[in-house]
Amino acid sequence: MQVTSPVRAPLVLKKEENGQKRATTYHDITEDICRQVEAPPTNPRWLLAMLLSLAALGWGGYTLYRTWWFGLGEWGLNKTIGWAWDITNFVWWVGIGHAGTLISAILLLFRQKWRTSINRAAEAMTIFAVLCAGSFILMHMGRAWMAYWALPLPNTYGSLWVNFNSPLVWDVFAISTYLTVSVVFWYIGLIPDLATIRERAIARGDKIRAFVYGILSFGWDGSAKTWARYEEVALILAGLSTPLVLSVHTIVSMDFATSLIPGWHTTIFPPYFVAGAIFSGFAMVLTLMLITRHVFKLQAYITLEHIESMNKVIVLTGSIVGIAYLTEFFIAWYSGVEYESYAFINRAFGPYWWAYAAMMSCNVLSPQFFWFRSLRRNIYVTFILSIVVNIGMWFERFVIIVTSLHRDYLPSSWAMFYPTWVDLGDYIFTFGLFFTLFFLFAKFLPVINMAEVKAVLKSTSQTTLEKVQARSAESVASDTHQGDDK
Amino acid sequence: MAETKKYIVGVFDDEDVLLPAVKKIRAEGVQIHDVYTPYPVHHLDTYLGYKRTRLGKAAFLFGATGTTLAITMISYMLGFDWPMDIGGKDFLPAPNFVPVTFESTVLISALGMVGTFLVSRGLGPGKKATMFDPRSTDDKHVMAINLDKNTKHSKEDIVAILKQNGVTEEPKEVDL
Repeated sequence: MQVTSPVRAPLVLKKEENGQKRATTYHDITEDICRQVEAPPTNPRWLLAMLLSLAALGWGGYTLYRTWWFGLGEWGLNKTIGWAWDITNFVWWVGIGHAGTLISAILLLFRQKWRTSINRAAEAMTIFAVLCAGSFILMHMGRAWMAYWALPLPNTYGSLWVNFNSPLVWDVFAISTYLTVSVVFWYIGLIPDLATIRERAIARGDKIRAFVYGILSFGWDGSAKTWARYEEVALILAGLSTPLVLSVHTIVSMDFATSLIPGWHTTIFPPYFVAGAIFSGFAMVLTLMLITRHVFKLQAYITLEHIESMNKVIVLTGSIVGIAYLTEFFIAWYSGVEYESYAFINRAFGPYWWAYAAMMSCNVLSPQFFWFRSLRRNIYVTFILSIVVNIGMWFERFVIIVTSLHRDYLPSSWAMFYPTWVDLGDYIFTFGLFFTLFFLFAKFLPVINMAEVKAVLKSTSQTTLEKVQARSAESVASDTHQGDDK
Repeated sequence: MAETKKYIVGVFDDEDVLLPAVKKIRAEGVQIHDVYTPYPVHHLDTYLGYKRTRLGKAAFLFGATGTTLAITMISYMLGFDWPMDIGGKDFLPAPNFVPVTFESTVLISALGMVGTFLVSRGLGPGKKATMFDPRSTDDKHVMAINLDKNTKHSKEDIVAILKQNGVTEEPKEVDL
């Protein structure tokens, strides 16, 4: 006898029409997801959101100009603290960029069907977050036009190459590979859906869309052979991306861990950074998906089950991060190295105690609420906590970077870091960049992977679940009846 | 100008009807040109008799190329062309080269495999799609049968076979 385990909770809910509920069809999925792509870009709320993002981008553009024209003296850095706001934001953005590929790669390998309706937007977010992270790298170089010096090219004055022993060079390779592979993965997933939009545009006689999406959809026809190859490509890309996504934040953590600064020189950094990255990435996905779900009315596709699953990842990774904080503290004492011990005592009780307290309460305490099912399934609680988590994760990086640097071995060079308005403006610039790209994506590309949701519709819809439950109730009834006969 | 080919096109609503239909239609000796579906239907390729793809091997070969390239590049630059004495350490400390070698393996493997996939399936920016029925990108499974390649059966026979196997609409003839 073959036993098929029934789906535990539906991933596609029934469609509500004129107050009546009916089974969601494949065509409903196409209609619901294509609606916002096909509407003219005149929605006042969308225009307002775009305007705000562009304003942030424009204001940030001005501070960026000051950063590059007048130099890094515009920032709050000093001779003790050479990394602060810039690298905090870089690490924060890279961390946020970890959820997308994790969802599309690791969850694909684990055959988690709930990834299908969130992977597209999460991957897009990954790409935009990595671009923001990259822009901080360019900013902190001071002379962004010299950025190519980080590539293995012969130096103008001879064959002096980059130093491959340096984690900063590893970072160049890690971030650029991650960005490229994420873009490829995301785009390959988009092609079938772009073909759907193309065919709909042709049918409606919308020549501009038919032309643009015709070019973008690469001549996709959905043939069985292409789909078979496509699935293989997705699987292998997932296999390649899984170690890649883990390697990226590992290498970012090595920027610190391979140095000799007390508070940075720690072997726990790679796993701790990776867990933190997934933690903050999922929080950002939740923040944005809850808004997208509400604005585009996608409640049937991004269900409470999806939100709950993401919250489970948050409580897990948040707890890993919490244990890492405690382990770090313990090892600082147990190592017997006085500089290391001092760095940690100074973190918790020194002049930056408030940043440490913010980090601890936002990252360690706040996700613990998600042990309760009712809170995991509460949209408002989830939304607030998802923002709290990202505030906490920003403070984590600030604590690691600034508190480790601000007190040197020589008390005469002790200093404090105060951000300037240009520092703030550069951060605003990346927010502008991120949201401008996200809003453009949400308007012109399908935010949910239609083909993948269609592929799991039959096995995971509410209608299927009800059928399976009815059937098992019947078989239980008949089994009981047979038992009576005996 | 290429000759136009005549196809009979059958439309299916349900993948669970489509899969046995493919099996039976092929058992009748009808050669199926291809089936176009809005989402990946598992096992459809095996039912259609397609061989397993060798893209995995391609990915491995591209990956191996990436590994080799990275090791060669780093060893040449730091070991031979311009050896740098960094604190008296080894000129070629292998563990330090792992991250860059790994990243370049992944990068070249991913790009190479995706490139191979696109080229082998004739996909690329601006390519024209062969659509027998536009609904195959929405909610229908569309089966195309090339009449020129099925000389054993008459057109009427093929239509009858399709109807016996669960098409939801009258099969139509399409010239491409």
